[in-house]
Amino acid sequence: MDKRLSFDDFVAELSDGMTIGIAGWGPRRKPMALVRAILRSDLKDLTIVAYGGADVGMLLAAGKVKKLIFGFVSLDAIPLEPYFRKARQAGGLEVMELDEAHLQWGLKAAALRLPFLPTRVGFGTDLMTHNGFKTVTSPYDDGEVLVAMPALKLDAALIHVQRADHWGNVQALGPDTYYDEWFAKAATRTYVSAEEVVERMDFSHPDDARANIFERCFVHGVIEAKCGAHPSSLPPSYGWDMGALKAYTASAAEEGGWDKYMAEVIGADEAGYIDRVGGADKIAALPLPIF
Amino acid sequence: MSNPTLAELLIVACSEAFRGNGEIVATGIGPIPRLGASLAKLTHTPELLMTDGEAWLVEEPVPIGPRAYDDRKASGYLPFSRYFDSAVWTGKRHAMVSPNQIDRFGQMNISALGGTYDKPKVMMLGARGFPGNTIHHANSMFVPGHSKRVFVEGEVDMVSSVGYNPARRVPGANYSGVDLRQMITDLCVMDFGGPDNAVRLVSVHPGVTVDQVKAETGFDLVLEGDVPTTRLPTADELAIIAKLDPHNVRASVIKDNPSADRKIAA
Repeated sequence: MDKRLSFDDFVAELSDGMTIGIAGWGPRRKPMALVRAILRSDLKDLTIVAYGGADVGMLLAAGKVKKLIFGFVSLDAIPLEPYFRKARQAGGLEVMELDEAHLQWGLKAAALRLPFLPTRVGFGTDLMTHNGFKTVTSPYDDGEVLVAMPALKLDAALIHVQRADHWGNVQALGPDTYYDEWFAKAATRTYVSAEEVVERMDFSHPDDARANIFERCFVHGVIEAKCGAHPSSLPPSYGWDMGALKAYTASAAEEGGWDKYMAEVIGADEAGYIDRVGGADKIAALPLPIF
Repeated sequence: MSNPTLAELLIVACSEAFRGNGEIVATGIGPIPRLGASLAKLTHTPELLMTDGEAWLVEEPVPIGPRAYDDRKASGYLPFSRYFDSAVWTGKRHAMVSPNQIDRFGQMNISALGGTYDKPKVMMLGARGFPGNTIHHANSMFVPGHSKRVFVEGEVDMVSSVGYNPARRVPGANYSGVDLRQMITDLCVMDFGGPDNAVRLVSVHPGVTVDQVKAETGFDLVLEGDVPTTRLPTADELAIIAKLDPHNVRASVIKDNPSADRKIAA
């Protein structure tokens, strides 16, 4: 029942060609330490499923992605994700461009072990043809024709939270859980990184049990990752790092910018990364974004 | 009092789009639509629901620009995790958005411009929530730079939302939720009130001519008699706008921050 893994153990559980869902929302509560572990690995030909932010941009920049299934890719305050743009504008990236709600609907279908779920969303738009969406007809008197959103089955889901315990109980303390629950349930194996890993949640933090956003039967690996969402936000613990996001965005405009960013910022190890971006104290003090 | 600016006139015009909408979530994306929705809630339509942009419903609209994180008081909870169930697919929402392109059918594009689908010339956000928003709830549009680049001649490059194009209607599908309301631009207000939802000119802003609007629009507009002039903000409205935008973000939305009446210097 001890689900703890090192970053190396985590990477060793993944393989080329897997479909990997990355939880969070744009620049918010992204499992960036796990993404960095993939960036430092030899993994390739991945299909990535996400409400994307710098997680998606970095994996594209590093050439890890064969296919991208996305509801959007944006850094919010920096609306256009620089490496996503580059990858799309270069051509040749296989994509499944979805409505934001399609994505969660496809995850729910996978979680509930259904082949599809019906929706009206997509009709009248180019998503119908680009994605080859099929329709179904209601068997009841209304006879309504609906889009059949296919299940988005994941081989692995990556999620970052404030706390986890050895058994895989998690607590996400922020005001918004996004669709993390459905990433967890849609995946064959779910890997959760946490700022703090305790032995038993019931011993340490029983009063926050409502922050348990999905049950531990959906968790297969727990990885301790202090500042693991950086440069995305982890409300209420720390805000996004606008300086870091700007530096990352600027790197896309330079010749060889990604290679330099990979060598000088992402670097060879996670502890070194935290130091290179200013240290844990600085990250803990990042102000929460206002909207 | 100085003359109202065009930005302030536009905020009031945006607020009018939310008048009498009832208990629905009013979402204005960008400073002018957001100030418009907030003004509507503080004046003629207090029953509107609104969020702080993060996860909380508020009854006092949150001012735009820098502020303290905790200075909003939550009356309820509407996180992204239940947005589709609560506000979008239920039809309980009116969003005002600023797409890159709009066509005669009200189809919008925020996804990509030019090139091919495999290799777009300019990649933007992707379709985001537009397909679901437009088939389920009311939508209006704010366009700060009215031109043929936005109001295109043919269809938009990547149809990211459902409009009134009969060629794209699948028999048997339910389009009863499609509800395109107003388009507020730096020149005029338009809606889809013409025959078969054709785009109609509702009003022109002070100092703007109908011919000017026609020249900047890539498709024909329905004109019904004399086109009225968009009304100016009242002193009360200007005072509320100033409170909602204490850092004067609105002054940076329209180039050179012109006066509401183009014939008068700001």
